[in-house]
Amino acid sequence: MNAPVKVFVPGDSSAVSIGADEVARAFPEQHAGVPINIVRTGSRGLFWLETLVEIATPAGRVAYGPVQAREVPGLLAAGLLQGADHPKRLGNIEEHAWLKSQQRLTGARLGIVDPRNIVDYIAHGGFAGLDAALAKAPEEIVRAVTDSGLRGRGGAAFPTGVKWQTVHDQKATQKYIACNADEGDSGTFSDRMLMEGDPFALIEGMTIAGVAVGATQGYIYLRVEYPYAARTLMAAIQTARSLGYLGDDIRGSGKRFDIAVRLGAGAYICGEETSMLESLEGRRGEVRVRPPLPAIKGLFGQPTVVNNVVTLATVPVILAQGAAYYRDFGVGKSRGTIPLQLAGNVKRGGLVERAFGLTVNELVNDYGGGTLTGRPVRAVQIGGPLGAYLPPSQFDTPLDYEALAAKNALLGHGGVVVFDDSVDMARMARYALEFCAIESCGKCTPCRIGSARGVELVDRILASRNGSRDADLALLDELCDTMFNGSLCGLGGMTPFPVRSALKHFRSDFERHGSNHLTDGAASAAQRSGA
Amino acid sequence: MTIEVAEVHRCVASAVERLGAQPGPLLEILHAVQDELGCVPADAVPLIAAALNLSRAEVHGVISFYHHFRHEVPGRTVVQVCRAEACQSVNGNVLADAVRRKLGIDFGETRADGKVTLEAVYCLGNCACAPSMMVNGNLKGRVDPDNIDELAAGWGVSG
Repeated sequence: MNAPVKVFVPGDSSAVSIGADEVARAFPEQHAGVPINIVRTGSRGLFWLETLVEIATPAGRVAYGPVQAREVPGLLAAGLLQGADHPKRLGNIEEHAWLKSQQRLTGARLGIVDPRNIVDYIAHGGFAGLDAALAKAPEEIVRAVTDSGLRGRGGAAFPTGVKWQTVHDQKATQKYIACNADEGDSGTFSDRMLMEGDPFALIEGMTIAGVAVGATQGYIYLRVEYPYAARTLMAAIQTARSLGYLGDDIRGSGKRFDIAVRLGAGAYICGEETSMLESLEGRRGEVRVRPPLPAIKGLFGQPTVVNNVVTLATVPVILAQGAAYYRDFGVGKSRGTIPLQLAGNVKRGGLVERAFGLTVNELVNDYGGGTLTGRPVRAVQIGGPLGAYLPPSQFDTPLDYEALAAKNALLGHGGVVVFDDSVDMARMARYALEFCAIESCGKCTPCRIGSARGVELVDRILASRNGSRDADLALLDELCDTMFNGSLCGLGGMTPFPVRSALKHFRSDFERHGSNHLTDGAASAAQRSGA
Repeated sequence: MTIEVAEVHRCVASAVERLGAQPGPLLEILHAVQDELGCVPADAVPLIAAALNLSRAEVHGVISFYHHFRHEVPGRTVVQVCRAEACQSVNGNVLADAVRRKLGIDFGETRADGKVTLEAVYCLGNCACAPSMMVNGNLKGRVDPDNIDELAAGWGVSG
């Protein structure tokens, strides 16, 4: 009997959505006397090459892609298990320019390890950060995070170490680590990839946070739209607990920390930290007025670290490699790496983790290869539904916090959605306001009422043929001003970014419609009535 | 389709017993009830309220706040179509209209024959393989609106 050959097939939900499960099932138990051992990994993040199959050969991993299930028999016959030549053979995927040019720190193990196998995690450097942290005093852990320059990757970019220091300094019998896994921004999927592809990194990061600030309980607030991530996370937590990486005596240190997963229920606003805390407490996800800050009075009224998945999953590498190692990546006040997510109408979409400083042009055109449709790029939206639209004339902007802020834009959670020249930017502005109206928690008036009035205003602008349009455009700008300045949180406060940027850079889209312009809802109603 | 009152009682009691001792358990209990019954029926509201020492208004307020919770049992297949920007950038609106037209229902509705419930969702995290939908919890990417007949046949809807 020959030794079994390992075949790596992603189990990442994006890969599964385009056939990875069928590919995995298409492999027989053995081929020509060689047993096949299928290992389901996360995704490397080169989604245009999914399903990306890798074979463990004596000379290293050899990749093939994109593979469809019906191609598997032919690939096997061509000698796939030996890494033989084939039109779909990509060789060592880590030498592929798209991946080789990246700096994978947070996503170092994505697509490589079996996400449910803790031994695999440890073999690839896992828990080195926790071991380093347990050898330090809590203050030293916090200092390492502060010195690394890490800022919140959920979108607010608040210095993580400063937040941890605040929680550390509070006197309380109970403190919490609340991980925000409510990744609701369109165009983002780095949290999902990490939870599905390397869940132990998040568990390790949360444990380090707990040890640093004196919290014994962690919650992962996971959006219900991510059932694949939920299954992987829960399995990983169970494994970590059974082996003493979570529980009453972490790694024999005498320190206690445990994690529970709590599912959201389809409310975008619950990605806002105070709304998330309300939801975790079992209430309507209405935004809290700050102060008090969650770091002082957070979950169940106790001091709470609220961090995003990427932020927490980055902590282990900082502790393992040192603050200086991480800080040496990046530019200006944007230190370290940022997992950018390239999405939408783009030829080569996926995960691009790079040191801060990459320009929009490099991301969209060099990595992305332009649009999927082959038409010219007309706009990108950066940072989710509350992020600004940028025209190609601004694509020389570096993707860092300060450079984007200078352009009235924001990096947010690092999602970049590409649109070709068929996009109607007035319609996108209308959608931004409509989305805000659908998802508003209703607590403050500028968001709750402003968004609804905004949708009506855009409809009126698009329907008008005469001089009232200019007055309505001015009114829309005023409404944006009120929402920006008067809203309690970022939902109402940042919806003006996509609206105003669309108005500024694509004003002609607001001026070319006639009175017979059909809005989305009107069009579908017409279609349903057979019109 | 209605759910027997006794069934609602049993389901709520079981969820409260398993989850009620946790801090802030309401969402967890609502999830457990919906996972089992397909929805959170009106009969469950006073039972949950009494068990958690909340008012019925508070429980109703939480249920109605979250898009995920339903008041009625859904169709055999729940189709959730992503309506967010990344999907829109690759003809997501065309897909959404094709699904609506094919099923003869709008978002938030269930077909009269009980075969399909159609829901709008805002991002499934599949934005590099858009447009996307989730069918009974299974993610589908790069969905081609031209394949709507084949897709619908899989949901038991033809013609």
